[in-house]
Amino acid sequence: MSVPAIAIRKLVKRFGETTVLQDIDLEIPEGKVSCLIGPSGSGKSTLLRCLAFLEEATSGMITINGEALGFFEDANGRRERLPANQIRAVRTKTGMVFQQFNLWPHMTALGNVSEALKLVRKVPKAEAEERAMVQLRKVGLENRAGHYPSQLSGGQQQRVAIARALALEPKIMLFDEPTSALDPELTGEVLNVMRDLASEGMTMVVVTHEIGFAASVGQQISFLDHGRLLFSGPPAEIFAKPRHPRLEQFLDTYLDRGASMLA
Amino acid sequence: MTPKLFTLLLEAALSTLGISLVSIAIGFVIAMLLSAALLSGKSIYILPARLFISFFRGVPLLVQLLLIYTLLPVIGINVPGIVAAIVGLSLCTAAYQAENLRGGFASVPPGLIEAADVAGFTGAQTFIRIRAPIALRLTFPALVNEAIMILKSSSLVSVVGIIEITKMAQDLASSTYQPIPIFASAALIYFVINSAIALLGRYAERSLKGASA
Repeated sequence: MSVPAIAIRKLVKRFGETTVLQDIDLEIPEGKVSCLIGPSGSGKSTLLRCLAFLEEATSGMITINGEALGFFEDANGRRERLPANQIRAVRTKTGMVFQQFNLWPHMTALGNVSEALKLVRKVPKAEAEERAMVQLRKVGLENRAGHYPSQLSGGQQQRVAIARALALEPKIMLFDEPTSALDPELTGEVLNVMRDLASEGMTMVVVTHEIGFAASVGQQISFLDHGRLLFSGPPAEIFAKPRHPRLEQFLDTYLDRGASMLA
Repeated sequence: MTPKLFTLLLEAALSTLGISLVSIAIGFVIAMLLSAALLSGKSIYILPARLFISFFRGVPLLVQLLLIYTLLPVIGINVPGIVAAIVGLSLCTAAYQAENLRGGFASVPPGLIEAADVAGFTGAQTFIRIRAPIALRLTFPALVNEAIMILKSSSLVSVVGIIEITKMAQDLASSTYQPIPIFASAALIYFVINSAIALLGRYAERSLKGASA
């Protein structure tokens, strides 16, 4: 079997006394869409942030395409922090999309997408902007290149944020509740861009409350509750006959909500 | 009040303006370095920066100017009055500007820094391209305010032998026995200069906003 895109081994994350993630073991296969679902406070966003190295795990290890992220831990649990430039190198294999978009307000859409190419990859300005335009076209926003974030709708901002992450040609895209900050009528355009990405074979890890999206696009669904990974498997298994009582309860809440919206 | 007297005041206004603008610019650079130090998270940089800020905010500018003017020659550095004036004003405004900037930096949403972080920016790149420009936009009105304060405070540099508006007005008043028209003219010149700074500031603020609103 090939190396998984991401391997998480015995990952623990504590904030002071509080354990947010407890012994997470998970492999994310290459070219698949992996959805992390679970109630608020289950630790799913923290897990994703560990994958982006925005949070440093307390113990355990993450490898991206077989390369250790941030820390190397040997079999005896001895842990060593890797040098900063190596951390940066491994991190650039992933691109991240945030719930709050986090576009830089003082730069245009084109500026947001081309900035890291110019600054980090040292691509000449003209070429960087050309490559940024390719990404903006991909998310359907080439005609908004000169707009500042505040001149764009939430859905458009999130699509620019996706283009910004894609511009660095990551192997893996991480999405942290990408539609939670959007008005319901704007979620569709973002989910469509994500569907397109998935169909191109991008490896994606998506923390989401969009159970519909997870069910239709997700190829691996992982359910977290109270910092533990309770279930991970193909959607057919998880949605057809949920076996874990907590999972059943969680999905029921969503179904209830959907039903009450229809009533 | 003859045109000749008014011309003398205007000439003195040039030194007020020159000293103030140079000091504000130097002070801004120092303030940026101080904010970078305060944000570094390393106490080896934070503590000296804090000490600097509390000293220059806590001691009257007049005393600072006299201290610089008299202290430097003692340790073998002979400085002309103009240098002492610019050093004094720069260090003082640096402390105030650093405090303003610190507030601005603290208001930069952490998510914007995380976005730079995941894109592979180094700490310095994030500071220069993300944190500083955003903090600057947030603190711009306070910086304009500080420029006006410094321009007015520059009247104190007469103590180190600089002839600027206030000193010139005093000299002219005592030699011509016409204090009221002369001081009124001095007030008018300050008022016009500072109104111009405020207007320019508002204009710049609008165009900065235009670029992000």
